[in-house]
Amino acid sequence: MITAEEIIKPENLVYTKPKLMNDNHMHYCPGCSHGVVHKLVAEVVEEMGMEEKTIGVSPVGCAVFAYNYIDIDWLEAAHGRAPAVATAVKRLSPDKMVFTYQGDGDLAAIGTAETIHACNRGENIVIIFINNAIYGMTGGQMAPTTLEGMKTSTCPFGRDVALNGYPLKISNMIAQLDGACYVTRQSVQTSPAIKKAKKALRQAFENSMAGKGTSLVEFVSTCSSGWKMTPVQSNKWMEENMFPFYPLGDLKNE
Amino acid sequence: MKGNEAIAHAAVRYGLDGYFGYPITPQSEILETLTELRPWETTGMVVLQAESEVAAINMVYGGAGAGKKVMTSSSSPGVSLKQEGISYIAGAELPCLIVNVMRGGPGLGTIQPSQADYFQTTKGGGHGDYRLIALAPSSVQEMVDFVGLGLDLAFKYNNPAIILADGVIGQMMEKVVLPKQQTRRTEEEIRKHSPWAVTGKRGDRKRNVITSLELDPERMEQNNIRFQAKYRTIEENEVRYEELYCEDAEYIAVAFGSSARICLKAVEIAREQGIKLGLLRPITLWPFPTKIIKAYAEKVKGFLSVELNAGQMVEDIRLSVNGRTAVEHYGRMGGIVFSPEEIVEALKEKLIKE
Repeated sequence: MITAEEIIKPENLVYTKPKLMNDNHMHYCPGCSHGVVHKLVAEVVEEMGMEEKTIGVSPVGCAVFAYNYIDIDWLEAAHGRAPAVATAVKRLSPDKMVFTYQGDGDLAAIGTAETIHACNRGENIVIIFINNAIYGMTGGQMAPTTLEGMKTSTCPFGRDVALNGYPLKISNMIAQLDGACYVTRQSVQTSPAIKKAKKALRQAFENSMAGKGTSLVEFVSTCSSGWKMTPVQSNKWMEENMFPFYPLGDLKNE
Repeated sequence: MKGNEAIAHAAVRYGLDGYFGYPITPQSEILETLTELRPWETTGMVVLQAESEVAAINMVYGGAGAGKKVMTSSSSPGVSLKQEGISYIAGAELPCLIVNVMRGGPGLGTIQPSQADYFQTTKGGGHGDYRLIALAPSSVQEMVDFVGLGLDLAFKYNNPAIILADGVIGQMMEKVVLPKQQTRRTEEEIRKHSPWAVTGKRGDRKRNVITSLELDPERMEQNNIRFQAKYRTIEENEVRYEELYCEDAEYIAVAFGSSARICLKAVEIAREQGIKLGLLRPITLWPFPTKIIKAYAEKVKGFLSVELNAGQMVEDIRLSVNGRTAVEHYGRMGGIVFSPEEIVEALKEKLIKE
């Protein structure tokens, strides 16, 4: 039997938080996917040895404060404009590893034009897309990706497609663009899913440094607060309702 | 060369790192000339046609945040689209250069020249309490020179600068002297001179974050106090203007950009008729040449603000004069340019009142 004293010895360490993750208290809600995805980004950047060359662009939305948690240089963009900001940073500093981190409102509503055109130009950046089908930061309003019938504070009786149109599968649209080399849909609700997601992120970042074009990694995610569920219920609801409409896996890998 | 072409050549010569723009008349020659010059093959300058003016100004935000010398250009409706981004750039205290080759508005308006964006340029334009360093060229040579001056001031104060030209100056052809080719800053120079820039976090410093966000109102007020202190310093140090025939003047026309050129002819005509008219040309629209106008207010019988708009700069002249003497406005709108004779007639009618 191993004792508690032995377990905490450095040589017996089996897991640690990545060095790039600092000790700031996260503002994310319990059960939110952001924390896991932040950690994966930090791990991949560290494992690639790109700590001094990575520049993140944070959005407007829940991840606006991403710069408080990952210890790299950041720009905080106007709502929806992260791909335009990242375009300039990467073009002007091609040796840097540049990524955006955006939610569904930022990327698929107000920033649709910037997203599509950055991908279409094949900018050598990574776009990390958190799709939780709701506006979290502003208190749970309808997102472009809100599912049909799903209730939010601006569609309190459920999304009515006659009134609000259809949930937008923007990753499928982007997969059609010649400039996008890698478009994949992942999730982080289980350990195997996290492993797969990390591999996808690593490939995306490697693509950007190899000059292969734009890589977009969508994370189908939960929003316990916005969905008004417990974290466990959220994961189950995501698996039962989000995955059928937003199926996981690679949409394009060239 | 044309004023617009001069801007493009100057951008390359002054060692810019990047230009991001979107076509709009009457300034499309800037992007066209740059793509013809292909500076990415010589100086390494990036030239990119963005998908919109909104994207272009946010590319400028990104480039400026990376410590690069970057610019964009547009005309009135496009500059309206950029206002959100300009506010963010001012809020994040980033240096950059914006060019507005004004056309007549409001709305889609006309492609003919106008000076109706004076308010937008000098009073804010976007949301929040911020200021742009605004330079008004009245010749093609100044289109060249102000690219350099605008960038110098932008980097001196970490603040966006804007060249407020109009369709006349953009399309007009004159001989110019271009500056010698300047080299672009290296990454190490950027790290040294712009230590706030996102250049990749090394062990020797904390992470850099470019943002205009500060949710704590106490700290946000402190940010605003800092901005205002900077603006007062700029007002103290960076006022630029030109005086012509003002020493003995009984009346002074105040005009900027293309209007100032036309006014100069009006001054000649007036003096031939025995009217002692002078011309004061603000070169910086913000900071505005308040002190010199105030000084002349004690001596002259009146000021005539001559603008290609319904009367915008006239408000700043009135604030400077503060009731000490008469201040009137003469303007044409919507793309119509006045003649020197019309200016002299307006002077007689509004101020001399014979």
